[in-house]
Amino acid sequence: MDLDQLQQKLMAVAKASPPGDHVPYAFEKRIMARLIAPLPVDVWAVWGRWLWRAVAPCMSVMAALGLWVIATMHPEQESQNLEQAIENTLLSSDDVAGE
Amino acid sequence: MEPSDTELIAAVRKGDVAQFEPLIARYQPRVFATARRYARREDEIQDIVQEVFIKAFQKLDSFRAEAPFEHWLMRLAVRTCYDFLRVHQRNRETTLTDLSDPEVDWLERFAAGPADNSNNTDAARALVERVMAQLAPEARLVITLLEIEDRSVKEIAQLTGWSIPLVKVRAFRARAQMKKILETLTQEKYL
Repeated sequence: MDLDQLQQKLMAVAKASPPGDHVPYAFEKRIMARLIAPLPVDVWAVWGRWLWRAVAPCMSVMAALGLWVIATMHPEQESQNLEQAIENTLLSSDDVAGE
Repeated sequence: MEPSDTELIAAVRKGDVAQFEPLIARYQPRVFATARRYARREDEIQDIVQEVFIKAFQKLDSFRAEAPFEHWLMRLAVRTCYDFLRVHQRNRETTLTDLSDPEVDWLERFAAGPADNSNNTDAARALVERVMAQLAPEARLVITLLEIEDRSVKEIAQLTGWSIPLVKVRAFRARAQMKKILETLTQEKYL
């Protein structure tokens, strides 16, 4: 069987019989009733929406706090001299043992 | 004289919700016809149409009046139908044994003489519906718009929100999928 021809034939049939455009009686009234009626409140959806809205302010506060901590941090004097810091760390156990 | 779409939309935007009713009455036959291409059961069709108009009402502020209201509404209708297809996808594979007697008769007459197959269009329509129901949602949408409604690729891109290359790719895949379905359907007896 020629499948291309069958496909074309079926498409021609579908094209030749468009669907009806009849509308149930007073259908527009039904939609209007739905539009005017107050929607039931979905508590979880409202809660979720508020959570999503809170994301941006929370991130901003977190970023601001992070920046503030970095800006106010005073590095210890010893850490500026890496060599001295390593020596202090290595010899600290000897100091403890000597005591 | 009946108020124009623009006047009705302006009134609805100002808060006169009742002015939306003439808009529904004006365009519901077209939306029903569109919905009937993708759904069979009348309750499903009515649900789709209702959803289209509710979405239209809720999104009315986003209507910019750069194109006619009808175009904007039909875009909404096509996208709602696509969503419906995605939710209600039931593409169970059909074989020749699943076909009704008139459908098998129609196929047999087609196999005997492809040119002479004009009668019993009901069986052919049922066959089309059966094949379309097995297509993936995007394939069904693109085949309907391109092959049945004879729309251009550009129009389909506007209606669906897909890019032009994507429409072309999906059309190619949809035709291939349709051919495969027809092959499965007929291979028991005719291939």
